[in-house]
Amino acid sequence: MNLDFTQIVPDIPYILQGIPTTLLFALLSTFFGFLWGTVLSLFKVSSIKPLFWFGTAYTSIFRGTPLLVQIILIYNATPQLIGFTPTELQAGVFTFTLNSSAYISEAIRAGILAVDKGQREAAMSLGVPYRWTMRDIILPQAFKNILPALANESITLLKDTAQVSTIGVLEVLRRAQTVAAKTFRYFEPLLIAAIVYYVLIMLLTIGATVLERRLRRSD
Amino acid sequence: MIRTEFLCKSFGKLKVLQDISTEIKKGEVVAIIGPSGSGKSTLLRCLNLLEVPTSGRVYVNDHDITEPKSDILKIRQQLGMVFQHFHLFPHMTVLENVTYAPIKVKRLPKDEAQREGMKLLTRVGLAEKAAVYPSRLSGGQKQRVAIARALAMEPEAVLFDEPTSALDPEMVKEVLEVMQALAHTGITMAIVTHEMGFAREVADRILFLDGGRLAEDAPPDEFFTNPKCERAQQFLEKML
Repeated sequence: MNLDFTQIVPDIPYILQGIPTTLLFALLSTFFGFLWGTVLSLFKVSSIKPLFWFGTAYTSIFRGTPLLVQIILIYNATPQLIGFTPTELQAGVFTFTLNSSAYISEAIRAGILAVDKGQREAAMSLGVPYRWTMRDIILPQAFKNILPALANESITLLKDTAQVSTIGVLEVLRRAQTVAAKTFRYFEPLLIAAIVYYVLIMLLTIGATVLERRLRRSD
Repeated sequence: MIRTEFLCKSFGKLKVLQDISTEIKKGEVVAIIGPSGSGKSTLLRCLNLLEVPTSGRVYVNDHDITEPKSDILKIRQQLGMVFQHFHLFPHMTVLENVTYAPIKVKRLPKDEAQREGMKLLTRVGLAEKAAVYPSRLSGGQKQRVAIARALAMEPEAVLFDEPTSALDPEMVKEVLEVMQALAHTGITMAIVTHEMGFAREVADRILFLDGGRLAEDAPPDEFFTNPKCERAQQFLEKML
């Protein structure tokens, strides 16, 4: 067995410095993905047909093509298409937002449909307009019910950020690869990268559990 | 106050309501009774357009609410509704349930809405439950909160859709007492119910539905002692 962590110890801080970058991609993408996903889910439960079709087609396209293809397409093809060259951060966050919102919107849509029809009727009978009914009555209950699915989605997203290493972003994986190329040792730096992801995701999982427990206090 | 003209409602091929023409006057308490599937709840739900009638008209204070350009949200504020399964908002406390619509829809200042809300909760005997979530309440308590919530919008009329049908027997009374007290305040009430004793005691008029038609429309004494149509006679024999 040829394992020697001592050789890469000096490079560990270099790998760990990728954490803020990884988190930045993940946080921004989760945030925008959640917002856009909510809008898309409202499209999908809308009685306005063009919105419904848009939401449905959108999901189909972004779920139906590989994320890596989307990243490279948006990063490399945007300049050709509209003459604007996005930074790696812009291209990455934009792609993750577009992609994850397709999944998130499906989860939220399911959550909305799972809220008892009587809730909407109760709000209607009080004269509450549709948009407030959605915002104050339906969505809060929907979010609570689908929190595990949303946590799942943000976990996936955090792991998916490793794919921006392909467009040269110095996040955790890319840095581990750099160390590997420099030291000719692959197992040790990549193992460290894997551990970093695992720890981050454990923290995320704990956070989601705490949040879920707090939201369940009305049960 | 509420008037229907040749109101019809079909779900696909099934005709649930056929040519219902009647009127509920201001301050009147009307009990709508009849066998299961006779269209009682559908009739009630047509009155605030939770169900859209297939044909015919519904007037609230002489406004035709079935007209597309009628402001149905405004009209619904005048018609409170109490449901069989309460439909309290589970993520809001009891007081928030009661004050949500006054604050949001009527734009009442929060403190004023809370003051009024507490008054209403006191009226239904649940002031001490103001801060708890609905999941902590019994069925009877939930329904009393639902009544307070409906009253918080200061409606001219309240529609009750089988308000005691989902309750354990020992909780029926507390809800009926609240409704009875409410009836004495002069508010207009339309009640779909299976509680014959209550209907007889509280209602000014009985509407008896059968097979989607208004089979009888009579004062309670007359209806319960001397029902005119045969279906009502059979129905009462089974119920009493």
